[in-house]
Amino acid sequence: MSELVKEATDMNLNDLVMEHEALVIDCWAPWCAPCRMIAPAVENLAGKYRGRIAFAKLNTDRNPLTPREYGIMGIPTLLIFKNGELVHRIVGALPENILENEILKALDMG
Amino acid sequence: MEEYDLLIIGAGPAGLTAGIYGARSGLKTKILEAMMVGGQTALSPMIENYPGFPEIDGQGLMKAFRDHAERYVEIEEGFEVEEIRPTEGGFIVKSDDEELRSSAVILATGAEHRKLGVPGEEELSGKGVSYCATCDGFFFKGKRVVVVGGGNTAVTEAIYLLDIGVDVTLVHRRDQLRADKALGDRYLSKGGSIEWNTVVSRIEGEGKVERVVLKDTVTGEEREMAVDGVFISVGIVPKTELARRLGVETDETGYVIVDKKQATNVQGVYAAGDITGGVRQIVTGCGQGAIAALSAYEYITHEKWSQ
Repeated sequence: MSELVKEATDMNLNDLVMEHEALVIDCWAPWCAPCRMIAPAVENLAGKYRGRIAFAKLNTDRNPLTPREYGIMGIPTLLIFKNGELVHRIVGALPENILENEILKALDMG
Repeated sequence: MEEYDLLIIGAGPAGLTAGIYGARSGLKTKILEAMMVGGQTALSPMIENYPGFPEIDGQGLMKAFRDHAERYVEIEEGFEVEEIRPTEGGFIVKSDDEELRSSAVILATGAEHRKLGVPGEEELSGKGVSYCATCDGFFFKGKRVVVVGGGNTAVTEAIYLLDIGVDVTLVHRRDQLRADKALGDRYLSKGGSIEWNTVVSRIEGEGKVERVVLKDTVTGEEREMAVDGVFISVGIVPKTELARRLGVETDETGYVIVDKKQATNVQGVYAAGDITGGVRQIVTGCGQGAIAALSAYEYITHEKWSQ
């Protein structure tokens, strides 16, 4: 896992949500091809918005509680939190520019 | 407005190959992809019939295609073409905020999952409605779902879901499956159930799938069934909206009609890959992409000479 994209788990998710004004959690699993497709985009966006938006990845195989809590029914799902609240979710693989626009819009940064 | 010799719509195997051939022929070429490079192939967990690669995952193969294509040709992801408009000596290709001009166009937009077209399907997509059991099935362990369809893909997906511990009912509009008998038998022997002569007429729920309304195709009777998920597997359809609006002819099953040169009925417009139907293999998409690009080259150079 890179420095830019933190690792989220069932244990630390709430802390991450509370610690960051703007946070994107990429819920993924190793067997999920579309998740691997968007991984580079998430990495790029984490670099581009370093210090403004925090990015973390959560492996849903190892962390089953979070998907249940947030009613995740397909991955990749990006959960977007603003000031501790879930404000938007993006389901499915989308190109980087569309992910970027949706994330900025959800965080009122667009 | 940026001018090109050749614009290719779609970056799956056909579009990427067309890009390589177009650019290497000396045409100023660009590939426009509405979503992400690789198309449906990139989602395939394992490919065993592409020569030279006895076993490769779809994403790995498409990464190799992309790296190869990018040696020669520019690829833009997230460029959703809204319209292709004929203009003097070529075409204007438009997204919501950009316009490009080109002498020839290759349509390689591929195919997508066929939708049921019932209320609730779109609103609850990704909230319990899914078109890929191997992608999303995991989250339905211990839950109840319906799989809609009766072909090999539908039954294979239903078996996969049973195997990972999902409570599955197959909903099929006829009184027998189109799938191979062996597959159907395997599904039943694993404890799967089938609702024959039944269609889904509505998908309902607040923010997530909670139930489906099933309709008996013989009696017309409707009834509700509580479910957490709806997996739709009723075939694929070519993405031909742009083509049709441009006046490109399609056959009775919806696929774009092309000749041996991959040319459509509209001068300067070629098509390659799944959008043209046929056996829909990676290797045939590549072959068609190469032919389309070489035909476009011939067309463009001939047009330029004759002017």
